[in-house]
This record gives sequence, C-alpha cells and structure tokens, in this order.
Amino acid sequence: MNPHYNFAFLDEGSKKEIRRAILKAVAIPGYQVPFGSRELPIGRGWGTGGIQITLSLIGKNDILKVIDQGSDDSVNAVSIKKFIVECTDVQTTTCTEDASLIQTRHRIPEKRLQCHQILIFQVPLPEPLRIVEPREEITKKMHAEMDYAPIWLQLYESLIRYNKITIATEYPCMVENRYIMNPSPIPKFDNDKLNQAPCLYLFGAGREKKIYAIPPYTQVHSLAFDDIPFEKESFKGRKCRLCQSDSSYLDEFFDSQTGEKFYQCSDTAYCKERQSHVPE
Amino acid sequence: MYLNDPPILKVQNLTMRFGDGCPQCGTHLKKNRCSICGTVWACNNISLEVFPGEILGIVGESGSGKSTLMKSLYFDLEISHGHAFLKDYKNATKNIWEVSSSQKRLIRNNIMGMVYQNPFLGLRMEYSSAANIAEKMIAAGDRRAQHMTQRVTELLDAVEIMTSRMGEAPKNFSGGMQQRVQISKALANNPSLLLLDEVTTGLDLSVQARVLDLIRKIKSEFGISILLVSHDLAVIRMLADRTIVMLDGKIIESGLTDQILEDPQHPYTQQLVHSLI
Repeated sequence: MNPHYNFAFLDEGSKKEIRRAILKAVAIPGYQVPFGSRELPIGRGWGTGGIQITLSLIGKNDILKVIDQGSDDSVNAVSIKKFIVECTDVQTTTCTEDASLIQTRHRIPEKRLQCHQILIFQVPLPEPLRIVEPREEITKKMHAEMDYAPIWLQLYESLIRYNKITIATEYPCMVENRYIMNPSPIPKFDNDKLNQAPCLYLFGAGREKKIYAIPPYTQVHSLAFDDIPFEKESFKGRKCRLCQSDSSYLDEFFDSQTGEKFYQCSDTAYCKERQSHVPE
Repeated sequence: MYLNDPPILKVQNLTMRFGDGCPQCGTHLKKNRCSICGTVWACNNISLEVFPGEILGIVGESGSGKSTLMKSLYFDLEISHGHAFLKDYKNATKNIWEVSSSQKRLIRNNIMGMVYQNPFLGLRMEYSSAANIAEKMIAAGDRRAQHMTQRVTELLDAVEIMTSRMGEAPKNFSGGMQQRVQISKALANNPSLLLLDEVTTGLDLSVQARVLDLIRKIKSEFGISILLVSHDLAVIRMLADRTIVMLDGKIIESGLTDQILEDPQHPYTQQLVHSLI
C-alpha cells in the first residue's frame, strides 16, 4: 500500500459523507441522492462515481473484483483495480462468488450474487427522464409526482415506429412501484437480475453527483405495456464458442480474416469457470 | 345546449397580471396597462360560464386577453387571482386554480382538451402522430398499447387523416393536418370541455372550412362543450351559440351570437361587426 495515501485514498470525512448518501439511497430505493462528488486521479466519466462508493465502503478484509462490460481484463477494469489495491492492499479476485465488493461497468455477472455481496455500478447518466426533460428542477418534480408519462411515450413511439421496443441498454425500470430508475447502461438482458436479488446494488454517478440503490429483495420491474410484455435479448440457437453456454449474454465477434461471425460469453469469469468444467 | 343545466365550467373574477402592480394600478389603466408601473392586466375580472353541449365564442382584437384566458384555464399560466369550477371535477366544489400540480395534470388529461393556435405548442413535432395522440391516454394512465393504437385509428378517421400516416411526425404535415392531429389529441380521452384557441388562423380558406366542419361534427357527435377563441367573426357566427366580446382584458359585451352580431351595443363591438360587413 502506498503510505502517502489515506486508506482507500479518500479522507475519512469524505468517506463518511458518501456512506451517509448510500444509507439514504438504500432507505429510498431508486431515489437519486445528491452527494459531493470528490476529485480523483482519473477523469470524470471514467467510473469516478463507482470508485467513490467502492472506496468509501471497502475494508481491509474485503475481496475486490472489478469488471468492465463483463471482462476482468479490460484496461478500465485493470486500472481501477490497480488504483484501489495501491491505496488499500485488499485482496482481489476474478471469481464472482469470492468477491465481497464488485465494481462493474455495464454488466451484472451471470452468477446470481449472494447476500454478503455488493455490486457497485458506474453510471454515466443516472436520470432516466433526462432524455425527455433537460431541466433538473423539472425532472425532480416529475419524480416527486410520479409523472412518468414521457418515458412511456418513448416506449410507445418505439412500438409505433419499429413494432417493438428498441431500447437495448439503460432500459428503464420501476423500483418498488415508486421510482423509475436508470439501471445504468447494462443490456436489458440483465434487468431481470435486479428484481428480488439477495445482494445490494449501488449506483454511483461521479460526474452527475448522484448515488442510488436497490436494496436486497426489492421489487424491480422493467417497464412494459399491459398487452406487450417486456422482451430481453434472445440468443436462441447461439452458443459461446469457448464454453458452449447458451444461456449467458453473448458478445458478437467477427473474424477479420475469414469474415466469420462467432459468439463468446461477455462475462469472462463465468466463461472461464465453465470451460474448466467442460470435459475435453 | 342546456342553459338550465349547471354549467360545465364557471369562471369567476379571473385576473391575470403581468408585472408587480402598484397601489394605483386599478385606477390608472391606459388600455390594459398601468400608466404608473407598467403592469399589464391581460385579464381583468373575467367571469363566464360554459353550459353542457354549447359552443361559447370569445372574440376580440389581438392583445385583448383571449389566449391568456385559455392558457390560464389549461394551467399553462399561473393566474394572479380568480376562481374556476368544473362540473366534472369534484362536482364544481373546488377551485381548480388552487389544486396541486398533480391534480391540475389530472384535469388537463381527463377533463379538458386544448388545441393551440400554434401546433408547435400542442404537438411534439419529432414524435409520430400516433404517439402525439396517445400521449393524452398515457398521461391519464392507460398502459394498453394495442388499445391506444386502436383509439388513435378511430380518432384519425374522425378527423379524416389517413391511418397509414399515423407513424409520420406532424412536422411533415400541412398546417391544417397539424391542427387536425391536435384536435384528435384533444379528443383522445373524451374530455367534457374543449378549448380551441384560434384553430383556423393561418390556414387557407378551404382548409379552414374543413376544420370548422370538423368542429361542428365534434359538437354534434360527441356533445362536448367548446370554448372557442377567435378574432374572426365569421368563425364565431358559424359555430358559437353564445359569444363574449373582450377588449383590453375585460368582457365588454356578451349574449347570444345572433344578438351580438345583429344588435351590438358597445362601440367596439359595433366597429367589429361593421368591419365584417
């Protein structure tokens, strides 16, 4: 651990303030709690919201996992992991079950998380109403009055234009029948994992200075019309080329030499574990 | 029209002021502007009633306060003072200008429909016509997409727009079609009161005639009460059962439309009627 830094980089007062914002977010599921976002040695928009939550919660005995779009090895994930380790000396892992804190960008791990685990999302735009209303004071009022008609209108417009809802990521969901929430840019494939999950989900937006949460066993529903059910991505007839999984979220790749299209698990830890169990 | 029935809408002493006002405001008005502090009294002590199934016309020159009255009724503007009661909202026992903003939204979406002079105020030009019309239903809590599409089809049929164009954005439509989409939107939730603000202004004569025919059809088929603002006396003559004449934010004359047009009492109304002839 670098002795020039306080444990977990932030000073204790900052960590305490962020933890208070987290507590408020947990108490009001789906509500965006403003907080004083701190300067970090990385640029805003590179996961500073998630990192601040991680740094304010992490203890010496925690085991950390960081993923970026499901991958443990991407530049963003590795850099964040290195930074946190440098100022905490905590143990890290790529195994989902072993981790107590998981910081993620744009995916929820395939393995169901358990009650001792916290998943921390990096969120670029926390406000689900921003796309329909640019003014913050108005969106606050809309949340207060549950005036969510413009979001429903977006979904209906999609149905009229394309005969289906075409939102692929950041698919809005209703938390405890009260607040509409942006689940961060996870694919809508992952939305179902938010509902009645045993773990705690925390969402941090450093640039927008907001924290929100989904506590364990909270009702979270993706928005859908009464007569047109919510539909997530289907990978029917496709399999991961490495582990043969046909139930996980698959990334699509092209072989530049042959032009061939193939699929691979987006969650690399899940894929590796399956590969180790697949008989050769 | 049933003048013996309780009114659908009752407005009492509506005052709409733009400016801080001063102690001498009421007595030093030059037209509708205070000569001391410059405050504009856009609506000054307006009272009116709209009865079931009637078309009440409001006529007056530009700046007389017609549109301000309409926008106040539709909660687009915060009023300075006044009371308004709707028969379909708590049986006319509650002043609609004093209810919470969520209740105002409920009134806008369920009880009233508004067609603006400028379609850009009433429509989302980037969204499809279907979504524009369905917006009212969505805002009122409808979450049945197929049902809404069916209703959109019926409404587009009623205003004679081809249903094959429901996916097109109103920005691609002509002015008359945009007004008709606005009318469909206003009718989406079967409102009991329709507010029409200069709906035919800026349209050519043949399109004007179609829109006026449509309003007549709406009145006869749906029996909706209509508050119709126009500065065109020909439109008022054709549609309105009763008429109110406004000048400088005040009502200067009111009565049956024929009576107003045949035997105007106020010099301004006489001038207006003579200019028509």
